[in-house]
Amino acid sequence: MTILVIAEHDHGALKGATLNTVAAAQKIGGEIHVLVAGHNAEGAAKAAAQIAGVAKVLSAEGSQLGEFLAENVAALVVSLAKSYSHILAPATSNGKDVTPRIAALLDVQQISEIIAVDAPDTFVRPIYAGNALATVKSKDAIKVITVRTTGFDAVASTGGNAAVEKTAAPADSGLSSFVSREVSRSERPELTAAKIVVSGGRGMGSGENFKLLEPLADKLHAAMGASRAAVDAGFVPNDWQVGQTGKIVAPELYVAIGISGAIQHLAGMKDSRVIVAINKDEEAPIFQVADYGIVGDLFKVVPELVEELKRQG
Amino acid sequence: MKVLVSVKRVVDFNVKVRVKADGSGVETANVKMSMNPFDEIALEEAVRLKEAGVATEIVAVSCGVQACQETLRTALAIGADRAILVESGEELQPLAVAKLLKAICQKEAPQLVILGKQAIDDDSNQTGQMLAALLGWSQATFASKVAMEKEKATVTREVDGGLETISIKLPAIVTTDLRLNEPRYVTLPNIMKAKKKPLETLKPETLGVDVCPRLITLKVVEPPKRKAGVKVADARALVEKLRNEAKVI
Repeated sequence: MTILVIAEHDHGALKGATLNTVAAAQKIGGEIHVLVAGHNAEGAAKAAAQIAGVAKVLSAEGSQLGEFLAENVAALVVSLAKSYSHILAPATSNGKDVTPRIAALLDVQQISEIIAVDAPDTFVRPIYAGNALATVKSKDAIKVITVRTTGFDAVASTGGNAAVEKTAAPADSGLSSFVSREVSRSERPELTAAKIVVSGGRGMGSGENFKLLEPLADKLHAAMGASRAAVDAGFVPNDWQVGQTGKIVAPELYVAIGISGAIQHLAGMKDSRVIVAINKDEEAPIFQVADYGIVGDLFKVVPELVEELKRQG
Repeated sequence: MKVLVSVKRVVDFNVKVRVKADGSGVETANVKMSMNPFDEIALEEAVRLKEAGVATEIVAVSCGVQACQETLRTALAIGADRAILVESGEELQPLAVAKLLKAICQKEAPQLVILGKQAIDDDSNQTGQMLAALLGWSQATFASKVAMEKEKATVTREVDGGLETISIKLPAIVTTDLRLNEPRYVTLPNIMKAKKKPLETLKPETLGVDVCPRLITLKVVEPPKRKAGVKVADARALVEKLRNEAKVI
């Protein structure tokens, strides 16, 4: 068995999600190759070669791969597919965009967002927003899989010494083109990679009030997130959304503030190691999953919490 | 321009699903079923395109059991002009649905197909991308804004870390994210009107599509439950707990 892992990267550097995906590949077992498809992505390819447990890095270079357009990346992966028993990508927005395209071109039923490997053809994946876990067995010759990164502990980013082999990329499909990108600039850690996440919900009352959470996030070096209710209300951008329809996070500490705990939100954070809830409604479902809860007015409790963190050093 | 929208009948998003005792799946008998919320957004977008004079006809398609007719009637009430049910009692997995939709697209020749980005039952997030692949069309997934032009569409997508805008050549596939629009409520007069709109039923065999499942579900279990913890009195007590007991700060 040889497994192809599609790397998540920004050309210069690898994204952490790649390391979780390699971890899933190790659970399947077999030789692991990593594909770095990009434009001037030597930095990412070099980093991929350092990953512990990687046997070979395939580097595909071309301007048509510069923006990870699904049509072009899928054509590339399909051209390589016959050498592989498994093709894995992280369930990031890029991975989710391109992987089904690859699967369909190979006439394979993809297995989305696996959280565990039972056997090389059998995997566990959450369904119904994580309210049930299904164990599924694939009958397809090639297994095409996306990996929920929170399900697998990242492998070491160093210790490997794989050869980097160049591979040719098919020409631009001409079907789509990149126009622009608006990246949310933030000094804070990335939501899915942060050790601590501070999230606000509808209880925040307004986008303006989210400023109240900033000193707390600063003090804890936390990423900031939000519930779908807060996003739907227009308080904060959608890329802050934690939940079934947003990001899935599993930090060491998750602080839910003014979040009632709808099923769809819990689906995105219930694997956090420690959960803290601050809510004025003592009946809020969030308290059923929280390790520590404070029933109280968040506009009073949050500033006190910041003061207390300062006071206790 | 013809727009095709696929709609899936799923357990209503407000229902807390229960895993069957025999581990074969989740309980769907006597449970409220509704149109997949992302598909409602897809349909709303199509109706807005028609209201704007861009779309001329909206065809709603659903693949599944006979009861999907109800979902299609809802689609007709929201504003689809006609509906097609591909009726099958088989468990239809995303690849099979994509193949069925491909066959429909080849008959109907739409310029745009809008689908929800994922269904809230199997959470696969595959069908739109698969359909684009099978047709050899362009795709724009997780759309939060769609601007139609003559031979292309400019689509803003929700991606990790922000927004990305791409231009796609028509015919194309768009899958919807939450913020694309807010679906309208169905009105009673429109429900009455919808009863008179045409609804055609087809079978996978007549479309020449093999819908056999490729994935076998071995078992379905409840996820491990988190235990509720303790309530603490105030911020001071919380910080002490986090520091000394949980040791996370």
